[in-house]
Amino acid sequence: MTRLATPAALAGWRKTLQAAIDPKKPKLTVCGGTGCRANGSVELAEDFAKALHGAPDRSVELKLSGCHGFCQQGPIVLADPEGFFYRGVGLGDRARDVGEILEETFGKNRPVARLLYEDPRTGEKIPRHRDIPFYAKQHRIALRNNGRIDPNSLGDYVAADGYAALALALTLAPDEIIASMKKSGLRGRGGAGFPTGDKWALCRNAADRTMRHVICNGDEGDPGAFMDRSIMEGDPHSVLEGMAIGAYAMSGGICPAEGVIYVRAEYPLAVQNLGAAIRDAEAAGLLGDGILGTTFNFHVKIKEGAGAFVCGEETAMTASIEGRRGTPSPRPPYPAQRGLFGKPSNINNVETWANVPPILTRGAEWYAGIGTATSKGTKVFSLVGKVRNCGLVEVPMGTTLSEVVEGIGGGVPGGKPLKSVQTGGPSGGCIPAAQLGLPVDYEQLAKAGSIMGSGGLVVMDEDTCMVDIARYFLQFTRTESCGKCAPCRLGTRQMLLVLQEITAGKGTPAHLALLEEVASAVKVTSLCGLGSTAPNPVLTTLKCFREEYEEHVNASTCRAFVCSAMVSYFVEADRCIGCGACARACPTGACRGEKKKLHVIDQSICTKCGSCLAACPGVAAAVYRKSGDLTRREPQQKRPAAAKAA
Amino acid sequence: MHLTIDGRRVEARDGATVLEAARGAGIRIPTLCHDPKLKPWGGCRLCIVEVQGMRGFPASCVTKAAEGMVVRTSTEAVTRLRRSVFEMILADHPLDCLTCRANQRCELQAVAATIGVTGQRLRPSERQPVRDDSNPFFLRDLRLCIMCARCVRACQELRCVGAIDVASRGYESRIAVFGDLPIGESSCESCGECVDVCPTGALWAKTETVLPTREVRTTCPYCGCGCGLVLGTEGGRIVSVVGDITNPSSHGSLCVKGRFGLDFVGSPDRLRKPLVRKQKGGKLEEAEWDEALDLVASRLRGIREAHGPDAIAGLSSAKTTNEENYLFQKMMRGAVGTNNVDHCARLCHASTVAGLAKSFGSGAMTNSMDELADADCIFVIGSNTTEAHPIVALRIKDAVHRGAKLVVADPRRIDLVRLSALHLRQRSGTDVALVNAMMHVIIAEGLANRTFVDAHTEGFAELADSVKAATPELAAGITGVPADDIRAAARLYAGAARASIVYSMGITQHTTGTDNVLTLANLSMLAGQIGRPSTGVNPLRGQNNVQGACDVGALPNVFPGYQPVADEAARRKFEAAWGVKLPAAPGLTVVEVLHAAEEGKIKALYILGENVALSDPNSTRARRALENAEFLVVQDIFMSETAEYADVVLPASCFAEKDGTFTNTERRVQRVRKALDPPGEAREDWRIICEISGRMGLAMPYTHPSEVMDELARLTPAYGGISFARIEDRGLQWPCRTPEDPGTGYLHQDGAFTRGAGKFHPTPFREPAELPDAEYPYLLTTGRLLEQFHTGTMTRRTAGLEKLAGPAPFEINPDDAARDGIADGDMVALTTRRGTVTARAEVTERSPKGTLFMPFHFKEAAANVLTNDALDPVAKIPEFKVCAVRLGPHGPGSG
Repeated sequence: MTRLATPAALAGWRKTLQAAIDPKKPKLTVCGGTGCRANGSVELAEDFAKALHGAPDRSVELKLSGCHGFCQQGPIVLADPEGFFYRGVGLGDRARDVGEILEETFGKNRPVARLLYEDPRTGEKIPRHRDIPFYAKQHRIALRNNGRIDPNSLGDYVAADGYAALALALTLAPDEIIASMKKSGLRGRGGAGFPTGDKWALCRNAADRTMRHVICNGDEGDPGAFMDRSIMEGDPHSVLEGMAIGAYAMSGGICPAEGVIYVRAEYPLAVQNLGAAIRDAEAAGLLGDGILGTTFNFHVKIKEGAGAFVCGEETAMTASIEGRRGTPSPRPPYPAQRGLFGKPSNINNVETWANVPPILTRGAEWYAGIGTATSKGTKVFSLVGKVRNCGLVEVPMGTTLSEVVEGIGGGVPGGKPLKSVQTGGPSGGCIPAAQLGLPVDYEQLAKAGSIMGSGGLVVMDEDTCMVDIARYFLQFTRTESCGKCAPCRLGTRQMLLVLQEITAGKGTPAHLALLEEVASAVKVTSLCGLGSTAPNPVLTTLKCFREEYEEHVNASTCRAFVCSAMVSYFVEADRCIGCGACARACPTGACRGEKKKLHVIDQSICTKCGSCLAACPGVAAAVYRKSGDLTRREPQQKRPAAAKAA
Repeated sequence: MHLTIDGRRVEARDGATVLEAARGAGIRIPTLCHDPKLKPWGGCRLCIVEVQGMRGFPASCVTKAAEGMVVRTSTEAVTRLRRSVFEMILADHPLDCLTCRANQRCELQAVAATIGVTGQRLRPSERQPVRDDSNPFFLRDLRLCIMCARCVRACQELRCVGAIDVASRGYESRIAVFGDLPIGESSCESCGECVDVCPTGALWAKTETVLPTREVRTTCPYCGCGCGLVLGTEGGRIVSVVGDITNPSSHGSLCVKGRFGLDFVGSPDRLRKPLVRKQKGGKLEEAEWDEALDLVASRLRGIREAHGPDAIAGLSSAKTTNEENYLFQKMMRGAVGTNNVDHCARLCHASTVAGLAKSFGSGAMTNSMDELADADCIFVIGSNTTEAHPIVALRIKDAVHRGAKLVVADPRRIDLVRLSALHLRQRSGTDVALVNAMMHVIIAEGLANRTFVDAHTEGFAELADSVKAATPELAAGITGVPADDIRAAARLYAGAARASIVYSMGITQHTTGTDNVLTLANLSMLAGQIGRPSTGVNPLRGQNNVQGACDVGALPNVFPGYQPVADEAARRKFEAAWGVKLPAAPGLTVVEVLHAAEEGKIKALYILGENVALSDPNSTRARRALENAEFLVVQDIFMSETAEYADVVLPASCFAEKDGTFTNTERRVQRVRKALDPPGEAREDWRIICEISGRMGLAMPYTHPSEVMDELARLTPAYGGISFARIEDRGLQWPCRTPEDPGTGYLHQDGAFTRGAGKFHPTPFREPAELPDAEYPYLLTTGRLLEQFHTGTMTRRTAGLEKLAGPAPFEINPDDAARDGIADGDMVALTTRRGTVTARAEVTERSPKGTLFMPFHFKEAAANVLTNDALDPVAKIPEFKVCAVRLGPHGPGSG
């Protein structure tokens, strides 16, 4: 790669690249994101390559892209020019899938029906990517290139208008860029939502004028959240370009700037792709010394974190980058005043950085035109839990929760009622189904007692016990607390112990009062954001689902039948067909009965593992559960004979 | 700055935290993780307050006070939250207070009392008891730990050791040693700073079994740092030792010796009754005081009559007080009539006194310990500061934390090397060549401070001439230090805004000792790095009161205050004051005294608290001198190796048993206070001297050491403003000429040298007196260990110190050891032209190839049997630091 010595050289190269793109040319894009890789997408791509190599008459371009976001459906293959969307490719007979896709799509110009996405509600097959509701309703800015370009190809990124924003930025005064960021209304996507332009201005104006450290926070730690990983893996240059623009805006004309990307070591593909992107960009003169022939220098290093959740906190992260124990320090001083190695530093999240280039090229007004009054642009959510379409979704701020969960997510599977949506990761809160009309932005979520966080969205149905959910998240925060401040270190444990007692059926009304008191104290006395948000799952469930807590402590009832101490298993005499499946499955011998005769469960030795319930054939559905006064019977399925006839 | 706290208008200094402001106004805010010595931490969250206009409940320890701020420390919400957090902390702590060692000293108890705890509603601790008994001096009981991390911060921030840190996360987080080993197997220096700051019983000094009934502030008896001690006593014993946080030299820090090494005070070996040898070759027998004192006086009188006063010599002691040294030299000069009085300074800093007096006009540390912390470059040469002057080392470490560049010149890879920007590993004894080359670079590269040189010095042309040929390349050949490193060192030193030189025995104990000192003085003047704060030439004094012993005239050529005995006016002044005729001829120095005794010219020796049989070079010869003396008086607290030779042994008192003053390395005169009575019939040294002086004809009717200080101050201009009353709270640094003089932090202010203009002295390089050769192929150098002190008479009576640094090691480089087939722990015979000892090999990279290092603390393998007693021609200091040695037979040690 020759160095691009001027912005014009970059523009010229882009023109050449774009001219070479033939939209009619057959193209296969195999998803190379972590989710699809885990299902064999790399091997799949190799098989495609071999097949294509053996058929030289077929001029099909093959590409391994970043994550598409619809990870539940992987491995995903896009076939252009028709835009056919294949899902689960190679999960069964890979050779057959490869052969048929090549044969049908490119030979006969028709889709392979069995590999198409099926609308879970209507059962309708949807051949084209653009028609799938999961994608159709999204507005992708941060994820603009994900799934479309090869993350290891600088050319792909440049052809997609990459580095145009940096070239533009270098012609602007740093203050103009900051003004533009302020005008766009972009706020930090890491969770707290601090206005990005203001943050840059603080750093630019810091008294120490010797160095600016520009840091990308890629320490994504929320369980189930993977938006930052997808961007780092699938579109690494967008992050680098954003950082370079930020570095220029914060240091230009003042002092040198240096960049660090703090990324979890558990994200090896992100580390690999970012590393390659840095090397390529430096070789092309888009990073490093004398960027695009200007006097602006900006080097970026990668620092791998060792997987501590708290290192997503700014002061803990800088400590970790410096090689110290990753624990937070009281602020002020803020990183903008005294951050990494004691120098003014700016830390933005991956998604924030990825938003920067389009804001510059398309204009702050354009960006500010998306979203709500106070929250501009789009937000990427990782939609998981009891929802049909799991994956990454990017929607404009202000989109309602129900639009996300029902419209894009396809609702709860199995026709069960939705109970709650948990936002903001382990430090977030649970929003009850009644509030699903809530438009998602920073203020509305805060009003509902939750947070935006980095964008985790967990959907829960009636099989989810809210007390147990609070316990689950506390287990996480108790482990991930750094241990520095007393309320977080000790309070998370106290909350967890109380919740464990409640879910174990040992709760009393006093437990609730104590829980509330500890949670409130931890919330306001903790040193950093981890501790001050750790009680959120407890406080929001106590507020919105108090009746579930009360049922647990007053009536020994878990309405979700999750808290095993309050659940008992029985066999319904009318339904039992005496097949013995339950007895064979029972690990303790509690479930007994003679063949073809009624089976019974000896409550004194039953460990409530639920094996009997799982083993009982659906046609019988004889095993049922009781919790307190509640009883839950599973619906009986139709006999296989009837099914055969159908 | 003013703020309002709880409705009261409160004044606070700029930069103070809200907590400090409140405390300053007497408003108590509970806290457990705060310690004034440490950086604010914000971990326990008990000190939360409400501040008008601020969200939430900021922790006052990390919130800066601001003008006009309105703070409320005990609103209903604050009190409720504070109690909640405290209950969490308490729930995690055992409540068996009555059986806890920390009972009544526990800060958790104190906070519980102020906050008020209602019932135990929270879930109790699940911690497993972890007791770590591996350190000889303190116990770790992690079950009692409240994770305030004060110990970790003390170890890292104050000591720069980092032996402990917080391991793991969340509720599992705990204080741990690297690799979860016992602390005894870590890099812990056993300074006990962690024990001092621990608010509970999690860290506990093993010696502290009962609470003291009385506490006495005094000054440490070990090295020249002059640390403040608070001795806690009960039943005639020392039961606790903590650092005196008000001490301006040590700020509350102590090292392992000061904190844990005072067992010698209560040792059963202490001398309790005078001993007299009735006839030569007979045994020492107990005697009554009068009998012993009369005998001493009559024998000394007899010898004086027979051989003249100069047949008698006295060795004073740098371990005793200023007052006692003053009285001793007064007795020798006034009562005996000789200037034959000297002390161990001869063996450590005689070359400093000689060299700096020639260059600057005053031979002491030019700057203060605290100033080191603010230097931008520190050039440490020939000083293993961490081990020999641990508290001075803390200030050097502070400077490095601040961003200062540390340049270490030392043949050994001493502890400071790990913090240094540059390590110059010069061959022992080539310091002059090294520093001359640095000056060559400074002149050649135009880095000299010509303004300073022109305005305040003389002899620059001669100096420039003398270093013209001393190129770094030439020096590289002599010293073994790469030429580029010499250049880099010169640039760092000369280029810094404020650069300090720190040196010690590695510079002084050479036959070129005076030249070594002169060349460092040259360097400082050339770069203009003197006469300002955080600059200067800073010799670190080895004994607690070696500075003071020199100051008050325990030297053969000067009266108190360095007033020459040969000077008529000075002599007249002292004759008038003391009412006796005084001798004019300077006396003999330590080594000269011993040589003269060996030759029979000195007939009687009076040795005060020195152990010359071990401490002096070529000790076989020193012992011969002691044997030869017609009459030997030893006044000491133990039956030392030297006392074995005595005709009369007078049982004396240690530092804890008398009042007086010590002058530390930064010229600070500090109080020593009586905490205990001397054991048995032992007496305070000053009383014994007064008795003998009176019997010799010069009455000394003092009733208290303060009267001695008053007399001393009248006769010694630099001490003119010092009195016990003035230094009651805080010691003063001399020169302190009048009762109003606040003392002097740094000397030669703005180039106003004591001698007028500073003088450059060209110092051509000379090799040491004895170099390795075919027969004696290794170079032997000697020095101190952190845990032991001098000849071990004090430290070796503390079993724990013996456990940490037992006898009698020598260091050898792995390459040398491999070539000679020596394994770590082998017992090896070391032989020089003067003697042989057998020591335990410690194979380590610390020693450079070809050089062996041996501490001189151990009589089992007395290093000074080996060392060379060749003297520096000017200062008469022997060359302890270089001699030639060969290794003899060796075999595995006994374990």
